[in-house]
Amino acid sequence: MIIGKIENGIVLDHIKAGQGMYLYKILGLDSLNCEVALIKNAVSEKMGKKDIIKIDQMIDLNLDAIGYVDPNITVNIIKNGERVKRTHIDAPEELVDIIKCKNPRCITTTEQELSHIFKLTDKENRVYRCLYCESKAK
Amino acid sequence: MKHLIDIMELTVEEIDEMIAVAKDIIENPDDYAEKCKRKKLATLFFEPSTRTRLSFEAAMYELGGNVIGFSEAQSSSAAKGESVADTIRTVGAYADIIAMRHPKEGAPLVASRKTIVPIINAGDGGHNHPTQTLTDLLTISREKGRFDNLTIGLCGDLKFGRTVHSLISAMSRYENVKFVLISPDELKIPEYLKEEVLIRNNIEFIETADLEEAMPQLDVLYMTRVQRERFFNEQDYLRLKDSYILTPDKLENAKEDLSILHPLPRVNEISTAIDDDPRAVYFEQVLNGKYIRMALILKLLEVK
Repeated sequence: MIIGKIENGIVLDHIKAGQGMYLYKILGLDSLNCEVALIKNAVSEKMGKKDIIKIDQMIDLNLDAIGYVDPNITVNIIKNGERVKRTHIDAPEELVDIIKCKNPRCITTTEQELSHIFKLTDKENRVYRCLYCESKAK
Repeated sequence: MKHLIDIMELTVEEIDEMIAVAKDIIENPDDYAEKCKRKKLATLFFEPSTRTRLSFEAAMYELGGNVIGFSEAQSSSAAKGESVADTIRTVGAYADIIAMRHPKEGAPLVASRKTIVPIINAGDGGHNHPTQTLTDLLTISREKGRFDNLTIGLCGDLKFGRTVHSLISAMSRYENVKFVLISPDELKIPEYLKEEVLIRNNIEFIETADLEEAMPQLDVLYMTRVQRERFFNEQDYLRLKDSYILTPDKLENAKEDLSILHPLPRVNEISTAIDDDPRAVYFEQVLNGKYIRMALILKLLEVK
């Protein structure tokens, strides 16, 4: 399968195989009008299999969401067909409106316009807990 | 300290300070009779809890203050669909301090972010109930004279029992405290508490299903009720509610200076035959609740 190079945009590489669609959704890429490629199960020397997302436009990515999904994801910035920046995003200390609290007893389920905020409570195991009810993010 | 939402927001020193004030109130109640004159406490109980509400109200009256509020959501604007944020902004215009109970977890934290008036979490669902923990700590302090070198048994519903979770967290900060966690398999303490509090802080604990076997080593026994409202399934509740009932024969091998605590209300988990045993301190605990709430109100209102 051949997916062409992009001139100006972003390539998210080294996504754990199977997590590409989740990242696609959490980043809200479905609302973009530009070309976006989600490649699943690409062959990787390092990982065996991996997912890749190519976005054919320079957009403001929610970097916290990437760091939350997996700090090992590589973010490549492409300008004029060349990679100008390659970076990894650390797991953020706080997530605001990236994921929702699933605890039916949490105040976020009823309070209007309340942001869903999660705090990183266990850095080693990347455990996030809801600021309000302390439920573990799933 | 502006609000009290979670017991762990308090430092050990702040807890010591409040316990000292509470003990001074017990010794010299008249000195405190007018400390909160012309101050108003609002008790906002979106979920009924007569005992906690009365404790707060009695505390404020004994400080010479006044009380406004409501005792159930149906008699408040919440029944009309008003948000917690709006209710708090409104009540904050009338009251000097607010004690709030709400069925949703995290509601008092939302409130505290919407007002400059001090908010006291008087219980948010199955999450936190810091003034109960302060009550428990004052009781342990008065009965044992220390917080360190204690073996504390917690028995009953350790999964949903928020008072248990807060007490474990609060006591885990003292030296040489050992926990004996007594519960059926279905009601063991949550994994996160085990991992993030007990294991992370290297605290000795054992889990057992046998109350009698655990008894001889205990300095404190904290009994809890298996609460109907914490179950989604009525059958689970009925199956487990009688799992651990404390009767005089189970106390046969207990220490002479054991202290039996219970956050109350009791259903049948402690036989009334134990009420007259000098080791039963759960009714003293109720009284301690009022004194420590007085100390807390003074602290949050910055009244000297």
